[in-house]
Amino acid sequence: MNEQEFLEYVQSGGQVETADWMPDDYRAKLIKFIEMHGNSELMGVLPEREWILRAPTLQRKLALTAKVQDEVGHSQLIYRVVEDLGKPREQCLDDLISGKAKFHNVFHYPTKTWGDVGVIAWLVDAAAIISQKALLKCSYAPYARIMKKICWEESFHILHGRDVILTLMNGTDDQRELVQESLNRWWGPLMQFHGNPIAKEEDPMYIWRIKSQGNEEARQQFLDGYVPQIWELGLTVPDQKLRKNDEGAWEYSEPDWDELRHVVTGHGPKTGERLNLRRSARESSAWVRKVVLAEAA
Amino acid sequence: MNEQEQQLLLEIADDELILGWRDSEWTGVAPLLEEDVAFSSIAQNEIGHARALYELVARARGTTADELAFDRSPDEYRCAPLVELRLMDWAETIARHYLYEEADAKRLEQLKQSDDSEIAGLAAKIDREEAYHRIHAQMWFDRLQDEPRFAEALERLRPQAEALLDSAQRGEHTAELADLWQEMTIVRRSQPAGTKW
Amino acid sequence: MIYEVFRQERKGQALQHAGSVEAADDHFADVYAREQYGRRGESTALWVVARDAVIEIDDFVDELNRNYHRVDGYPLKEKLKEARERAGTAAAPGDR
Repeated sequence: MNEQEFLEYVQSGGQVETADWMPDDYRAKLIKFIEMHGNSELMGVLPEREWILRAPTLQRKLALTAKVQDEVGHSQLIYRVVEDLGKPREQCLDDLISGKAKFHNVFHYPTKTWGDVGVIAWLVDAAAIISQKALLKCSYAPYARIMKKICWEESFHILHGRDVILTLMNGTDDQRELVQESLNRWWGPLMQFHGNPIAKEEDPMYIWRIKSQGNEEARQQFLDGYVPQIWELGLTVPDQKLRKNDEGAWEYSEPDWDELRHVVTGHGPKTGERLNLRRSARESSAWVRKVVLAEAA
Repeated sequence: MNEQEQQLLLEIADDELILGWRDSEWTGVAPLLEEDVAFSSIAQNEIGHARALYELVARARGTTADELAFDRSPDEYRCAPLVELRLMDWAETIARHYLYEEADAKRLEQLKQSDDSEIAGLAAKIDREEAYHRIHAQMWFDRLQDEPRFAEALERLRPQAEALLDSAQRGEHTAELADLWQEMTIVRRSQPAGTKW
Repeated sequence: MIYEVFRQERKGQALQHAGSVEAADDHFADVYAREQYGRRGESTALWVVARDAVIEIDDFVDELNRNYHRVDGYPLKEKLKEARERAGTAAAPGDR
């Protein structure tokens, strides 16, 4: 098979396995895309784990620990896929810590309140799951297969998020204010999450059928699914322009693409601190990996 | 359930809660991703065990598990100093894990003999889950036993493990517990008692 | 070492490849496979095997197009039509 034949193959729904021939560009783009996903799951743990201690009931403590555990589990699944494609896990972690490799914007921001715990599980995870469901059709089969497990586990996170939010909204005025204030802070990053609206025909990820959905499509799906959920609770979205037009498309204020670029290139409010935490945790536990994996190498 | 039995269950519950929280501090930063997932399950089990024990005592006292877990003042907790320590070195964590499981196995054996069928029943359930923890601790012990830092941690922590089985050695808390309690209850205390979360 | 994990979701179903874990030895592989593929009670059984022990086969040779192994080697439709015409019987609605 040559590159043109391969392109036609994946564009007509063909699936690729680890041992199959693939164009160098496909392999490189695949690794970069999947690696970013793995990095995001691993970095996503850090804003949330602070709240495990502060969880106000035992049930919430358990649910949140399980959620964060799932995210670590997802990074394990994802890095295994990357490794089988040719880039070892340790190299991925090196590149993450050095800032060479990226992770999603939302994980560069601080969590400030218990309201954030709810909003992240309800809305940030929802935005992610929309992208993840589209990845179930990824042309690279090993990745598509782990996405099935990931999507299934993410559905519990959304339930947890919804439960936290509904409990807060049915509680005291202060609790309702926690949710609104959190939403106000997270809305910007949420709108940026799916990326700028590049036409999918111009997106190499779509051309190779690594992604099966364009960025704007994903964002519209998110708004369609979740703005009604937000409004029905009496919450407001901090965007005057947000409305569904007569053609059924959501209109909104232009997201700050400069902010997105600035953040994902490593300049988010919490980027440095979180990468430092990863670095020091990794350095202080290097001896364990040496002891445990050395003979196995 | 008499007062003495309640106190004993609270000791174990407090141990499990605080240890479970300390163990969950490794979530996301454990030495290996696969281990991160495994150790997090252990932390969750410990908190789950604490909850089940609190529920038993709560029923006897007409209160709730959450109120017992969160709404006492730091000096009312009955946990042993060993579980309060913040140990972010893997050798120390595994040393504590190993020593704790060793002691816990003994006290669960005793509880399984309790005249109170509820206590005995719960102890048996917990013991069945702890079997997995013991396998995990042993697995790591076997891997690390030749590492000097592990052997050293084991010897250093072993005396504190004795308090796990001796109620008379409890009561003195580390300075860390008050800080831990502050953070553990900060969200809960932000609203009036009885607020749902 | 990489270990492949196969899981059975419910009794009676086939075990399916679920993923892989990195582990130092069989003990660690046991613990890690349980966690990744069983902590939510989603599996009734797991088979865990070192990747090195798996024999991979994905090249199958059929140069001479052996259609007697396939359904298209048995073209019955035309023959049945001919046989019915000979016997003067018609196909009943719904006949294949």
